Order: sequence, then C-alpha cells, then structure tokens
Amino acid sequence: METVTAVGSDDPVLIRFDDVSKVYPLPAGDVVALDRVSLTVVRGEFIAIMGPSGSGKTTLLNLIGCLDVPTSGRLVINGRDVADLTDDDLTYLRRDTIGFIFQHFNLIPLLSVMENVEYPLILKCKDRDACGMKPFEVLKAAGLDDERLYTHKPNELSGGQQQRVAIARALVNDPSLLLCDEPTGNLDQKTGKAIMDLLAEMNRAGKTIIMVTHDLGIASYANRQVRIVDGRIMEDTG
Amino acid sequence: MSRTFFEFARRNLQRNLFRSLLAVVGIVIGVLAISSMGILGNSLTLSVTEELSTVGDSLSVIPHSGMGSQFGGGMVQDKITERQVQDLRRIVGSNPVIPFYSTADRIQVGTKSGVASIYAMDPDDMPKIVEVEKGIMIRGNSGILAGPRIADQFDLKVGSQIRFENGDTQRVVGILKERGLGFDIQPDYSLIVPSRWYEDRNDEKGYDQVIIKVRDIDEVDTLEKAIDDRFNRREDVLDTFSSKEILSSIQQVFGQISTFTTAIGGISLIVAGISILNVMMMSVTERTKEIGILRSIGTLRSEVRQMFIYEALMLGAVGSVLGGLLSFGGGFLISLLVLQTTQYLFHPASLSAIALGMGFGIATALLSGLYPAWKASNLNPIEALRYE
Repeated sequence: METVTAVGSDDPVLIRFDDVSKVYPLPAGDVVALDRVSLTVVRGEFIAIMGPSGSGKTTLLNLIGCLDVPTSGRLVINGRDVADLTDDDLTYLRRDTIGFIFQHFNLIPLLSVMENVEYPLILKCKDRDACGMKPFEVLKAAGLDDERLYTHKPNELSGGQQQRVAIARALVNDPSLLLCDEPTGNLDQKTGKAIMDLLAEMNRAGKTIIMVTHDLGIASYANRQVRIVDGRIMEDTG
Repeated sequence: MSRTFFEFARRNLQRNLFRSLLAVVGIVIGVLAISSMGILGNSLTLSVTEELSTVGDSLSVIPHSGMGSQFGGGMVQDKITERQVQDLRRIVGSNPVIPFYSTADRIQVGTKSGVASIYAMDPDDMPKIVEVEKGIMIRGNSGILAGPRIADQFDLKVGSQIRFENGDTQRVVGILKERGLGFDIQPDYSLIVPSRWYEDRNDEKGYDQVIIKVRDIDEVDTLEKAIDDRFNRREDVLDTFSSKEILSSIQQVFGQISTFTTAIGGISLIVAGISILNVMMMSVTERTKEIGILRSIGTLRSEVRQMFIYEALMLGAVGSVLGGLLSFGGGFLISLLVLQTTQYLFHPASLSAIALGMGFGIATALLSGLYPAWKASNLNPIEALRYE
C-alpha cells in the first residue's frame, strides 16, 4: 500500500506556498493566473478562499489539490515538495491526503451510493473485502442514516443527499485535508446550511478544510478568509 | 482491485448496450469469416489428403514423353518393355511392381454403348491395387472388373455382359469398391481386364505404365533416384512421379487458398477493429468528465487505462466467443455446400481455425482499445473535470 502521509505528518504546517506563480501559455500571450503567492495553511484550519471569477482561486485550489503544479515557486503539501513528485505520486497524494468536494457533487453515475463511497478506499487497499465498516461509518457521519439509499444510484437522490455522499466519499480515506469547491453552490439555502454545519463539524473533528466560495454567508463558517484578486492575495484574515 | 475496474468496464458497456452490441457484431462477423474460411480450407486439404492417401504411396513410371523430338535419333519409345519392367523389379526389390496397359474401347452393354477406359493387368496384381465390393476378383484369363462409376453409367452388375468393339464379349465378375481420385490409375471410371486376354487381341510392344507400390514412404525418393540413374543416364527414357510429390504440391496450393480466404476474413476483422476504436473513442469523449472525477479522487493513469482495455477485451471476448460458436454452424454450412461432407468439422485442424479466428478477434479488439485507453489516461484532470 502506497502512503505519502508519513513524511511531515507531525508538522503543524499542512500546506506552504512560497512565491508560487502559475502561468498559462496561450497563443494570445501568457496568462498569469497566480502571481507570486505565499500562503501557509496550518492543520485544523478552516479557510475560505474568495474572489471574483478569473481571480485565480480555482487555480489555487487545483494546485492545493495536486491536480496541477506551479510554474515557479515552491509548493509543499504535507511535507512534500510537489515539484519532486511524479504524476503517480500526485495521484497517491490526492487519494490518501485530500478529500474533494465539488459544486456538482461529481459522483460516478455508474456506481451505487455505497460503491461511490467505497471506490477511493478500494483504490487504496486494493481489495473490496478489506474495506471493513469504514464506508458505513463515513456515510453515517455525513448524515445519510437511511441504509436503503446505499444501493441507489446517485441520480435517484436529492442534491443534498448527493452532496452528503460526496462528503462521505471524500472522508473515506481519512484525509488530512478537505478541499471544497463551492460545496453549496448547487443546493438550496436550507440544505446548504446543513452541509456547511456538517463541514464545520468535520473541522471541529480535526479536518483541515479549504473552501472556495463567493458567498459571504458561507465564507463566514470559516475561521480564516483569504481574498484573491488578479492572482494575488489581497486580504488574509489568518 | 482489477475486479472493480472490470466491473466498471462491464457497467459502461451495459450503459451503452446497443452501441456495444454493434461493436460485438463486427467482431462476431470477423471471427466467423476467419474461422469458417479456415475450416473450409482445412476441410478441403483434409479431404484431398485423405482421398489421395487411400491410394497408398505409389510411384508411377511412364515412358518419357516427347522423345521423338530429341537429337541423336534415339529409339522412339512410348511403351515400357518387359525388359525394363524386369530392371525395375530388380531396382525396387520387394516392393510390388505392377505393369499394365492403359487403353480405351467402345463398349456395348445391352442397349447402352459408349467409350470406356480400360486397364489390362495380370490378375495376380489386381488385389494389390483395387478392392472388390461385389462379386469376385478375376481368376485366369477372362472376366472384367468394373469401377463403381462406370458401373453406374452402364448399369453394370455382376454377370453383366460387355461387348467390345471387335465383337468379343466378357462378363463382369466383380464391381470395385470406390477408391476416389488417384494419381496412378482411376479405377472408379474404368474396366479392368486380364493382361493375357488383352495381349492375345492386341499387338503390344510394351506396357503403358508401371506402378510401384512403395511400402516405406521414406524409400520413395531413393527409389526414384535409383530408377532415374538406371534408365535416364544418357537420355530421358522413363519418367517417374510419386503420389507424395503431387500430394505435397496440392497441399501447398490448398494451403495458399486457405491462407487467402482467411485473409479475406481478416479484412472484416479490421473493419470490426475500426468500429471498436470508434465506439471506444466515443466512450472516452462522453466520459471525459467522469475520467476527470476518477483521476481527481486518486485513480492512477494506469488504472484508467486498465478500465478501458478491459472494455475492449470484453467486446473482443464476447464477440469472439459468439463468433467461435457460430463458426461451427458457418463451417458446417460452407463444408456441406463446397465439400458435401462435414466430417472434418471437429478435426483438430478445423478447431484450430476457430481458435485462430477467436485469437485474432480478441487481439483486434485489444489493439483497437489501446489508443482510446491511452487517450483516456492522458486526459488532463483539470480540463476533464471542467468538461460538460
């Protein structure tokens, strides 16, 4: 079993951006999405990243999520410099250390609720039978108590239920970090609030949460707000 | 682990069931074509080989043709003399030597008349070269053996009287067992008469042909060489040819036909491969977002690749198994049509044609799946996630 959590897991700093830039080369000229950003995220924080569209917040999220690597500068996640990592290493880092929660839930339509939640665990432990009770535990923790739902396909569930499944899936490999991209963007206000309460509870249980949003009400759940404009950090309450 | 990706692949094929079935049909047709053609080719070769090998391995000796045109004015000879036969007997040792006359005559049987091919040979030699199905072998200097085909043609039965053109009559004493196509003689279509009876009525200077039954196949080449050394040192006097030689050249021709027909089947497999490629590329495009999700939550490139290759393999395996099963039917029909027999359908060579077809089917599917799988695994996860 490949694990990349061991190195630096005692280090209180989970993520460190050192002068990180991200430039997208386009035919019309280079686009600087992030401009020499420095940022430190300590374990246990709940950070809201805010900013207008095109400000670079999604780029920041992609870098933290190891879906992309910086053009320049140094980015260390969980003690590992992402510049040193291969595509497979980055994939393992995503699988074991980061839980993704998307605006559109992004569940796999082919898989049942239970299979969606089991999936990252199977990727990690290579055997369905070794999954144990963890998928059940995280589904309950995510507030899906009704076990009859577990055999349903995601599109048979309400938006709120789907997001709870997505949260359970994000939690199943016990990641240090939950990465949320507009987690309530597709939900009505009441459901959105329930989901935010759940995330806050996860944070209290020790998960570091980084959330991109442009909803001020949602951002207020976080204990630190970072505002990005034109690829630079304009405001950081941390 | 791989079970999960296998399951994934299965469900995805099920999700696009109609499309998957179309791709499978392509493989089925390709495998069916290759296997059926292979079965036909093999059955053809087998049937010819079997018909020919019933003759046993024999060496035919005939006078060298085109002698008259040779310089030096050598003796013009189109017969094999008694003396040459004696020489042949010495050379081949204990292998039976059967000299005979080969001719044709107009015959009349009751009201029917026509031309019949006639072999005249020593009655002692007859059992070495033909078998009697009804009646008895010729003993002494009278009687006729009739081949089954000529017997059908003239309604010959044991006891039938045959009148030859010069007015002589003889009775049929035996009807021969069908022997099939041969290289030495064609008894099925001929009458066999005793050589003494024939010689009494014709002034022959020598035999038309000599057949040497070779007991040990490995001896054929040595004997051929010995005969050649003895008779053809200065000029070609006698020609020899063995059934073995002809058999192998016929097998070669049929082998080529078989390869050719299999290649035609192969073309339909290529078409099937393209259809799988097409289906898989559509699948990759449609599932771009899903691939992005899988990649973002920790699926390796190699695992994505695996998933798509499983899909291609499943299409190939299902198509090949169906195609293989149908090939029994296809091979049965085509053998029945072309050869009028299906006895070679379960011969190992025919079964190997099916295995070959199925192997090609799976390999084609796999090859067609490689590019889509590679393409899927190399999608940029960020762009894939954004794809709608």
